[in-house]
Amino acid sequence: MRRRRPPLTLALPALLAVAFLLVPLLGVLVDAPWGELGERLTAPAVTEALRLSLLVSGWALLISLLLGVPLAWLLARTEFPGRTLVRCLVILPLVLPPTVAGVALAQGFGRRGVLGEHLERFGVQLSFTTAGAVVAAVFVAMPFLVISLEGALSGLDPHFEEAAATMGAGALRTLWLVTLPMLRPALTAGAALCWARALGEFGATITFAGNLPGVTQTLPLKVYLLLQGDPAGATAVSLLLLVIAAAVLIALRGRWVGALHPRG
Amino acid sequence: MSPSSRPGTRSGPRRRALSAALLLPLLLGLAGCGSDDDSDAPDGAGGGGGGGDEPEVTLTVLAAASLSDVFEAAGEEYEAANPGTTVRFSFAGSQELVAQLNGGAPGDVLVTADTRTMADVAELTGEPAVIARNELTIVTPPDNPAGVTGLADLGDPELRLVLAAPEVPAGRYGQEILAAENIEAEPDSLEVNVRSVLGKVQLGEADAGLVYVTDATVAGDDVAVVPIPEEQNVTASYPAATLNDAGDPAAAEDFVAWLTGETAQELLGAAGFLAP
Repeated sequence: MRRRRPPLTLALPALLAVAFLLVPLLGVLVDAPWGELGERLTAPAVTEALRLSLLVSGWALLISLLLGVPLAWLLARTEFPGRTLVRCLVILPLVLPPTVAGVALAQGFGRRGVLGEHLERFGVQLSFTTAGAVVAAVFVAMPFLVISLEGALSGLDPHFEEAAATMGAGALRTLWLVTLPMLRPALTAGAALCWARALGEFGATITFAGNLPGVTQTLPLKVYLLLQGDPAGATAVSLLLLVIAAAVLIALRGRWVGALHPRG
Repeated sequence: MSPSSRPGTRSGPRRRALSAALLLPLLLGLAGCGSDDDSDAPDGAGGGGGGGDEPEVTLTVLAAASLSDVFEAAGEEYEAANPGTTVRFSFAGSQELVAQLNGGAPGDVLVTADTRTMADVAELTGEPAVIARNELTIVTPPDNPAGVTGLADLGDPELRLVLAAPEVPAGRYGQEILAAENIEAEPDSLEVNVRSVLGKVQLGEADAGLVYVTDATVAGDDVAVVPIPEEQNVTASYPAATLNDAGDPAAAEDFVAWLTGETAQELLGAAGFLAP
C-alpha cells in the first residue's frame, strides 16, 4: 500500500521542527576544529575530565541499577500506599531545572543538609567530592532506568513469574532467572539512557559538587569553562559528547527509539 | 485551516516550498553571523515611531555578574532621567560576556570586572572608561565554623575553600593575592563566577571563599566578612565601553558617560564599590 502523502500544512512545520533540531548540531560539526581535533581531545585537561566523566557515569549507572531495578519492580508489581507519590518522586528529577536539583541535593546531602549533617559527623563528605558528582548523576539519571523498566514490567505477563514461584523459586531467584532476562531489551535501553544522561549531567553537578579538575570537573563542566576563553576547545569537546550521545541512541535503534512507534 | 489546498494539483510548488522551508532556517543561521538584524532593530524602533516626541531607544548593556544588583537600580534611575529609553541588562562572568560577544551577541554597552577582559575585545568597543573599583574579601558562613581570621588561614589544607576559577577575573585576582602572600591554597572547587562562590558559602558548603567586597555587601547577614588588609589586597577596575555595533551609538555613549556621573556613582558607592 502506498503511504498517504502528508498535507503541506503539516509537512511544513514538521520540516521546520527537524531543521530546528538539526541546525545546532550542524553548527557544532561545521565549527569543530577538525584539523586539531585529535590534539585537543588528547590534551591532559580533557582526558582527565573524560576519565572522571567515565568514572562518575559508570558508578552512577551501577548505583542506578542496584537501586532502580528493585524500585521499578515494586512500582510495577505491587500495591502499596503512596505508590503514585513515589512514581511522581521518580519522575521529578526529569522535569526539575538542573540547578534546582543541585540546590535540593545541597539541602539534602550537603554539609548542612538534612542527611548531610549526619553524614558529616561520620566523616562522610559529598559536596566537592567525586562521590558528590556521582550522587548528582544518580539523581538525574536513575529516573530514565526506572521509567523504562517499569513500563516494560507493566507490559510483561505476570504469569511467568507466578509459574516460577509455583515451582519453588524465591522472589530474588524469579527476578534474576525469569523477569530480568525477559526484560533485557528494556533493561539495556534504560541502562544506556541512564548512562548517557549521567555522562551529560551538568547543572546539578556544578551546583552541588562544585568544579575542581580531577575531582568534580566532568566533561560538560570542562566544556563550560573552556567557553570562557577557548571556544574552539569547547566545540571540540562538545563534538565528543555529541558523538557519544548519538552513538548510544543509534545503538538503541529499534529498542527505545523504535518502541515509540505504535506496534500496529 | 486552508480549504483550497489540493494535494493532487500542487506537487510542483509544494516541493519548492518544502525545500525552501528546509533551507530557510539554515539561511537564517548563516545570516545570524552578520549584524544586519541586530542593528536594524533599534533603528527601526527609533525611526518608526513617527508621531511621538521622544524616540524609543532600547539599550542592551552586557555587564559583569558582580554588578547585577547595583545596575538594576542604576538602570531604573537612568530610565527615569531619560524618558523613552529602556535599559536592559545581560549579566554574566566577564569572560562569558566576551565569549557571547564573539559569538555574535548584540549589545550597546559592555562593562567588565577587569581591564584585561575589556582589552581582549578592544577591536569591538570604543574607548573604555573606568566607572568603579572593587576589592576582594574573605567571606565565611555567619558562625565562621573554621575560625578563619585572615589570608594565612586559607592555606590550611583541611579548610573547605571555594575560589572562582582562574578563567574569570575574580579567580585571577584571588590567585594574585594568594601568590603574593606565598599561600598555597587547596580549593575544593573553582566556581564559574564569583556569585557562585558566594552561594557556596551562603549554603554553608564552604568554610571560606574569596569574593568582591560588594558581593559580601549584597549577602548581608548570610555571611561573615574577614577583611583583607589594603597591602595584601588587589584593586579591580570596572571599565565601561560602547560597542561598535551599538544600534544607537549616541545613546550608548550617553549611558557610559552617565555611569561616571554623580547619580550612578552614589549608587555604586552605596553598593560598596570604590570610586574610579
